[in-house]
Amino acid sequence: MSGKVLVITSGKGGVGKTTTCANIGTGLAIRGKKVALIDADIGLRNLDVVMGLENRIVFDLIDVVEKNCKLRQALIKDRRFDNLYLLPAAQTKEKDAVKPEQMVELCEELKLDFDYILIDCPAGIEHGFKNAVAGADDAIIVTTPDVSAVRDADRIIGLLQTYEITDPKLVINRVRPDMVRRGDMMDVNDVNDILAITLLGVVPDDQSIIVSTNKGEPAVSEQSSRVGQAYRNIVARIEGEDVPFMSLDFDLGFFERIKRLLKK
Amino acid sequence: MDFINRLFKEDTASKNMAVERLRLVLVHDRASVSTGLMESLKEEMFQVISKYMEIDETNMEVKLNAGERSTALIANIPVKRIKR
Repeated sequence: MSGKVLVITSGKGGVGKTTTCANIGTGLAIRGKKVALIDADIGLRNLDVVMGLENRIVFDLIDVVEKNCKLRQALIKDRRFDNLYLLPAAQTKEKDAVKPEQMVELCEELKLDFDYILIDCPAGIEHGFKNAVAGADDAIIVTTPDVSAVRDADRIIGLLQTYEITDPKLVINRVRPDMVRRGDMMDVNDVNDILAITLLGVVPDDQSIIVSTNKGEPAVSEQSSRVGQAYRNIVARIEGEDVPFMSLDFDLGFFERIKRLLKK
Repeated sequence: MDFINRLFKEDTASKNMAVERLRLVLVHDRASVSTGLMESLKEEMFQVISKYMEIDETNMEVKLNAGERSTALIANIPVKRIKR
């Protein structure tokens, strides 16, 4: 088996990298793929809590790299899906405790055993970023439709080229359809035109994400959830399916919908 | 009032400002050129050109323009008089 290593990155913090990583990983696992999630945010680990696995950590990424334990021992099996594993970040070490070469080696080892390896990249463009990107075959860039996040995403796209990742995929997160309609938020086309990379998906802003994070159960597994559907579409596209982008007009009232129909 | 607001919506929509500002800032980011650098470039260009011709500094325009794949430096420098 030779798996694919995808790094989830953004430049700016707080745009939803970890949530995106947890959802895509869980989504791929639901489709029967064998998935390893690596939390590369050393010193600020969070993927474990988003996945609801914080109580199971014994070893971490640094232990593996420093050969204090076997890779197999550090991988935590998910509570709900048998083919989903997490390699948590160390919480007490410095960001430069890992070297890019060690990350490459780790990714190569995981590729033998997994279909997908997803790396949750820390914010910023220093050590942590370089480590997270080193072993990656491709990148998923997460942004929100605001000026600072898009600017940072553009910077990351430029930096990824030096790592020979020339076709990164874009996820636009936390889109608010009501604000887009009012003209107070950049829409998908605006962001897509500016960044000019392949669009992988659009995720609407939804309170249910907070709820699913509270529970430690990624929204992708909830069939009725709209955000879950957005992530399921992303996962399908990663798997090579041609899925149409979902309409963001779901929050319109009945009369508003009728009005729109009449306008057409 | 609502009607009037709607008429002018396209111009006042804050997302248009976001798009405009982003485009401008990204031109500089992508070329790794700061606005400060552009100012000093403009200043030095003015000094060099002034040796040969009298130019209108207040209407002189020096900017970067980003195309699909390339970036161009565009200068519009009104000449008042050629020095002999």
